[in-house]
This record gives sequence, structure tokens and C-alpha cells, in this order.
Amino acid sequence: MKRIVLPLFALFAGLLLLTSASVSTGGGYQIGDKAEDFKLQNVDGSWVQLSEFIEDGAIVIFTCNTCPWAQLYEDRIIELHEEFAPQGFPVLTINPNDPEVQPGDSFEAMKKRSVEKEFPFPYVFDAEQKVYPKFGATRTPHVFLLSEDLTVQYIGGIDDSAQDASGVTVNYVAEAIKAVKAGEKPDPATTKAIGCSIKVKRS
Amino acid sequence: MTLFLIILAFLFHTGTGPSVGYGEPPLLSFEEFEPYLHKSNDTTYVINFWATWCKPCVEELPYFEELHRAYQNQPVRVVLVSLDFKHQIETNLLPFLEKHNVESEVVVLYAPNANAWIDRVDSRWSGAIPATVVYRNDDQLFHGEKFNSYRDLELLVESLLKI
Repeated sequence: MKRIVLPLFALFAGLLLLTSASVSTGGGYQIGDKAEDFKLQNVDGSWVQLSEFIEDGAIVIFTCNTCPWAQLYEDRIIELHEEFAPQGFPVLTINPNDPEVQPGDSFEAMKKRSVEKEFPFPYVFDAEQKVYPKFGATRTPHVFLLSEDLTVQYIGGIDDSAQDASGVTVNYVAEAIKAVKAGEKPDPATTKAIGCSIKVKRS
Repeated sequence: MTLFLIILAFLFHTGTGPSVGYGEPPLLSFEEFEPYLHKSNDTTYVINFWATWCKPCVEELPYFEELHRAYQNQPVRVVLVSLDFKHQIETNLLPFLEKHNVESEVVVLYAPNANAWIDRVDSRWSGAIPATVVYRNDDQLFHGEKFNSYRDLELLVESLLKI
């Protein structure tokens, strides 16, 4: 299909971008990029620094309390951690949403959810919304698998059956970790999934 | 008495769908839905991906309804593609359509393996909703976030109508 990039549309798109608070296209890490270190506060009050947290790798997942698509995956994210943390790939979850736009994603609400679900992994808050744009996260949930030296190895969804956990035929994250552990490149290295847009601070 | 109420509820439930222009929305696989993305008939199609649980989607829904009304006599068609969960169609989607008296065409897409079809909608789409495709024949525009106003949506449609 022909994709049009007209000067007129470019102008219009530019206008839209100027008036829009959420510009999520274009930026972000690609496969093979090294993630910049960051330090964000966890629900237990401690601070988590990526470079200290990472072991043989880390499963970084942008997620939140309120998105039904993220909720579908809560138990599966716990399972990922339980399976792969002992193998050197712990889960780090990050809430990128602005609680002024989405009150259910406040730090207090994060604490509550984390206790209710007994998250075995850190659930940190990107309060200044500076980390998720560097990754290029656009939705919740959105996974970035990193290897030991913070290299991005896989970007995308968790598995191929969001609504029905019993219908999963490929667990993309598990497959990607297997590949990294074997010294190979994950295939697929990127996937797409449906999710909720990240709620950006109103300017 | 209880039995009577149950029967009454049952009759009401099956007898009258939501009072929308297109009737109860069909549940489509991606293969069944895909023809909506490739119609070659000079009509401009505005395809919005949304769900009742998606706050920004619900906020921008009135713009699509307004567009549907404003362009009724022109070759412009709005299709609202719901990604509501299958088990929430009866409990959430249908009551929502009824409550808001949604007039645009609504279809429900149930296609679990999103990685297999998101690029077939538009390669620029990350999978976050809301997302909107506007196309006419082979020309396609994509908007991967919420429209801030009705005018923003209309401008996008107009920019395609001018081609």
C-alpha cells in the first residue's frame, strides 16, 4: 500500500505535534542499543538503579495498575519473574503514567497493587516521565529485554495470546531469554502488541 | 415471581439489541475484518481502534460520532473497531453503545495474536490505542494517539479528501 507523505500533511502533522502532549513516535532504543542507566523509586521506598539491578540480564516491563491489557498480564509477569529471576533475568516493572491524567496510577495506588498482588519484583515509578521516552515505550505493557551490559535484545509483547493465557503458543520473552543465554540473537527480536497508550502529563 | 423476572429479562435481552444504527456489532477475526481496510470505491474510511475501558478512546469517541453525522451525505464512513475483551461484550460494550446512542458502525475485533496483524493495519502503529487509520483507495494516513479536538480529526480527513 502506498504511504503518502505530502508536504501538506507534513505541515498538518507538524501542527498536530505542536498541539499534542504525547509525541511517542520515532525515538527510543533499537535492538543492539545500550540502555542508559537510570534510578527510580520502588513501591517499598527504596531506589532501584538499573546497572545495579541487572544480573545476566533484566526483563524491563513498562506497565501500570489501570490498563486492562496490563492487568491481563499481571500473573504472567509474576510467572516470568519466578521462572527467570533464578536464571539471572529478574523482572523490573516501571509505571510510566502521569497520575494527574490517570489517578489510578499514583505512587500510592502502585504500592497498594503491589501488596495486593504480592509482586516479587520491584515496581518503580517513572515520576518525571524521563525514562520511558528513552526506551521508546509507547504502551502498557511494553517489554524490553536487556542483557548484562544493558544491551537491548528484545522489544515487544510478552506472548502471542493476550486475552487467553491458555491459548499462548509462543512466549516471546521466554524464547528471547533462551536465545540470549545461548549467545544467539532472539528471533523475533521485536513484536507488536495491543496496549494502552502511556498517559502523558498535560502541558 | 423471580422466574417471571428472569424470563422477562431474558426476553428483553434477546429481543432488543442496543439501539444503534447498525445493530449488534459483529465479532470478527482479523481475516474477517481485513476487507474493511482495503475497500476500493472512492469512499474515505475512518477506522478507529478503541475499547470501552480505554479512557482517551472514550474521550475522543464523540469526535467520530460528530464526523459520522457531519459527513453523512458524503462518501465518508466511520468504523469503530472495538478491542473490548470477548467476555465483556455483553457486560460492557453493548450497554456502552446503548447508553451513548452510538450511531457509527461498530465491529468487535477478536484476534489474540496481535503481532500477526498490527502491521497489516499500518506499519506505523505500535499497538497502543487509541489509533486511527484514514484511507481512500491506496492512500492511507495514520494517527497513533488521541485526537485533541473534533477539528484535528476533521483536518486529517480533509487532508485526504483533497488528494
